[in-house]
Parts: sequence; C-alpha cells; structure tokens
Amino acid sequence: MSQALHLHYDVPGDDFTRAGEASGAVKRKLKQMGFNSSAIRRVAIAMYEGEINMVIHAGGGEADVEIMPEKISIVLTDHGPGIPDVELAMKEGWSTAPDHVRSLGFGAGMGLPNIKKYTDEMRIETEIGKGTKVFMVILAQ
Amino acid sequence: MTVAQMTTVLNLKVLAGKQSMERLVAGGYCGDLLSWVMGRAKADDVWITVMGNLNAIAVAVLADVSCILLSEDAALDEDARQKAEEEGVTVLQSDRSTYDLAVAIGKLLS
Repeated sequence: MSQALHLHYDVPGDDFTRAGEASGAVKRKLKQMGFNSSAIRRVAIAMYEGEINMVIHAGGGEADVEIMPEKISIVLTDHGPGIPDVELAMKEGWSTAPDHVRSLGFGAGMGLPNIKKYTDEMRIETEIGKGTKVFMVILAQ
Repeated sequence: MTVAQMTTVLNLKVLAGKQSMERLVAGGYCGDLLSWVMGRAKADDVWITVMGNLNAIAVAVLADVSCILLSEDAALDEDARQKAEEEGVTVLQSDRSTYDLAVAIGKLLS
C-alpha cells in the first residue's frame, strides 16, 4: 500500500437508521486491508460519534477519510449551526440533544469526549451559522 | 467462555445472530446510553442493556462487543433484528434484571 486511499461519504440528516453506515463501511475496509483490531475499533467509534453528532445537530454532512499505512485521517464537515462553546461541548456529560434523541439512547454528552479519547489528534473548526469541521487522526500502531 | 456456553448455562433466549455464538466473552458491560457504552465497553465484552434498537446494533458492531444481552425481557425491534442477522451480532434475551445477569456472568468468568 504505497498510496493513500481516499473515501468519501454523505451522511444523511435526521436519519438515525442510516447513521453508522459510513463508519461501518470504513471499518470493513480497514479490516480487509489488515489494520490491527485496536486501530479499527478506535476509528469506528470516533467516526460513528462524529456521524451521530452530524445527524443530531447539523442535518447531516460529509465524511472524508484518508487511509495510509501509518495513520487514518478523517474530516467530518457539516453546515449546521456551529458550536457556540467548544470547551463546554468537550466536557463529558454536556449535551444539547433533544428528548426524542435521548430516548434512542443518545445524548449522553459523550460524543466529542469519546472522539478525543479514541483519536491521536483531534481538532474542531466551527463557525456560528456556517457549520463545523472535525479533524481526527488515528495512528495505525 | 463462548457466547454459546453462556447462553446454555444462563438459559438465555437467542433472538438473532446464531452464526456468531462461538465468539469469546472476556468481560461485561452494563449500560443503556449508547455513547457511554461505546466509550467504555471493551472488545469481547457481553453488553447487558435494555436498548434493542437499530443504533444499539451499530454500537455493538463498532465497539466489537461479543454480543448484546437484553435484560428484563426488553424487546428487539424488527429492523434491529434484521440488521443483527446481517452484521452477525448475537442478540440474547433474559427476563432477569441487568444486575442479576451481571452477577451471574461475573461468577461464570471468575
């Protein structure tokens, strides 16, 4: 594997039944490519949390994944309302998810903290009224 | 201990994913908040929960738990059952409480 593999997914908004399709597809791809199971699990969890966030808060978005032998980079882009206070959003237990989302088992306020926990690098760019980009890198080893 | 052995000993009902019952059970995790579970359950844990929806199946796949065990006879949604079959996620069910099941599985694992 000498070149990076680029994958692109559209994440539909307000459709919880389809949330996880992109992260599931990436998980299968990484498995086929022989990545170790710990790296695959970290990618899958971090990406799923990001997908769910886009579905809950931003009406969906896009996921771009770059797979290289030594690392997996993911960029999640949405055109939602933006995050007013990133520091607060990163706190475990802080959530602005509506009740119908909580009844599905989401809204524990663990999404962004989980992404932070399972990635080696994480960065958020957000602008109120414009949207949010979440960058993450998971090292393969 | 495999999922199949645990199923027999605890007399659990198999609702989906019979094909994956040779997976090993290394530990367990109890919880119903999906992100909380994803952040804390370990691979090969049996996940005891009352959440039987489609998203629970996605969490089980992504977190790589050995199976889902629905306590208190919690229901498995039909679309979730189909997804579990597709993804090869074993879903078990019991009328016992989450606490009872965790204690019983803890004894089996010790």
